[in-house]
Amino acid sequence: MTEVISYAYAVARDAGGSLAEALAGLPGVADAPVHLVRAGERGDVVVAVSPVPEQDFQEAALRANLEDLEWLESVARAHHRVIEALAARTTVLPLRLATVYLDDERVRRMLEARQEAFADRLAELAAHTEWGVKIYVEAPAPTDRPATPPADADAGLSPGRAYLSHRKAQRHAREDAYRDAEEVARRVEAAARGHAVDRVQHRVQQGELARGPGENVVNDAYLVPLGQAESFRADVSRAAEGLSGVRVEVTGPWAPYSFATPPETEPVRGAAP
Amino acid sequence: MNEPVARRMGDYPSRAGPYGGQGSSANLADILERVLDKGIVIAGDIQINLLDIELLTIKLRLLVASVDKAKEMGIDWWEHDPSLSSRASDGYRSLADENKRLRAEIQSLREGDELPAAEEEDEEEYEYEDEEEGEDEAEAETEAEEKPRPAARRATATRRTSGSRDKRAEPRPRTKKRRDTS
Repeated sequence: MTEVISYAYAVARDAGGSLAEALAGLPGVADAPVHLVRAGERGDVVVAVSPVPEQDFQEAALRANLEDLEWLESVARAHHRVIEALAARTTVLPLRLATVYLDDERVRRMLEARQEAFADRLAELAAHTEWGVKIYVEAPAPTDRPATPPADADAGLSPGRAYLSHRKAQRHAREDAYRDAEEVARRVEAAARGHAVDRVQHRVQQGELARGPGENVVNDAYLVPLGQAESFRADVSRAAEGLSGVRVEVTGPWAPYSFATPPETEPVRGAAP
Repeated sequence: MNEPVARRMGDYPSRAGPYGGQGSSANLADILERVLDKGIVIAGDIQINLLDIELLTIKLRLLVASVDKAKEMGIDWWEHDPSLSSRASDGYRSLADENKRLRAEIQSLREGDELPAAEEEDEEEYEYEDEEEGEDEAEAETEAEEKPRPAARRATATRRTSGSRDKRAEPRPRTKKRRDTS
């Protein structure tokens, strides 16, 4: 018999008491059904929880599992799936992946202790969604190199000079593209300012998972009121118009992952041991 | 609200799941950066070592192809320079790589007798010039990184890693987790 522990996905407001419906039939992590834990009878702030096999989430196992990209992907997608389902109905505060408690009673006690802070933040985030904005430069990447240095155009030059001339041209093209990207970044900010109420800068995406045309140079998240979402999208998407080497990608709506923790409670970096 | 998103994001690699919202079609990199790096950090009953979280997120931040490769790179960087992590080694590596490549190129040109002796010297000079230029460029990039929001280059990710941590409005694993421990 496998022991189970409680995996917590998110804190949410269950105003009408109908949130459980949104989760019915929805598989969580490890395909388990998701339920709501609440603190007291009157509390409309709930935590979405599902049972997970203890053996996979013990400290050592968890550490190993998180290194396993397949395992991580399946948990990440399940985590996100539950949060999306909640976010479609109500305001949510996503919890960090793999927030695990020994049982639901422990979740309930955590909720009890933090209920007020959660309620405050939920109120602030009500009727807002998160939008991702990424800017890509599509010029040749700095590491790109000619397969064979002497190109046709450089036929008159020695191989060494031809190589250098190629490099120079490449560098100039890149510089132009990055300048354009800065311009686009300015336009995005200006466009977003009219709609968004908050912004968080993410790290740019690199590497295999981020593989796509171009190099990601800006990766931001904006908190946008529901009523402004469409105009935000439209205005931001237009920022790259007329600049061919730069692309703007807007993703969303997301649950407010990047804004779940209120900025003012951010501890000063380095203050904690 | 989810359906249009799912359609819009249809060009992402989609993993069909039982649930048809954004959850099954959104870009994995976008999801991972949110579920691992964002959201409220509350100390649950089972804690993984904060160092491991940091390591993991560094790796995922780079979003490298294989976990093996990630370990190789991540652990190396972590051990050698936790605060600068990727930037130093990235710049260093690419310069070293370029140097190596240029040498190999010259070697092959020499072997192919494509360069007369006089030009060979010439070429060597050029090579060094080019390398210096490369370094200048790298420095310029470093400076550019200090500015608030330039459209930066290769080192952009690391600029964010080291530079903009302080002003980020969302929790960072290391400090935040401690603080939130109840």
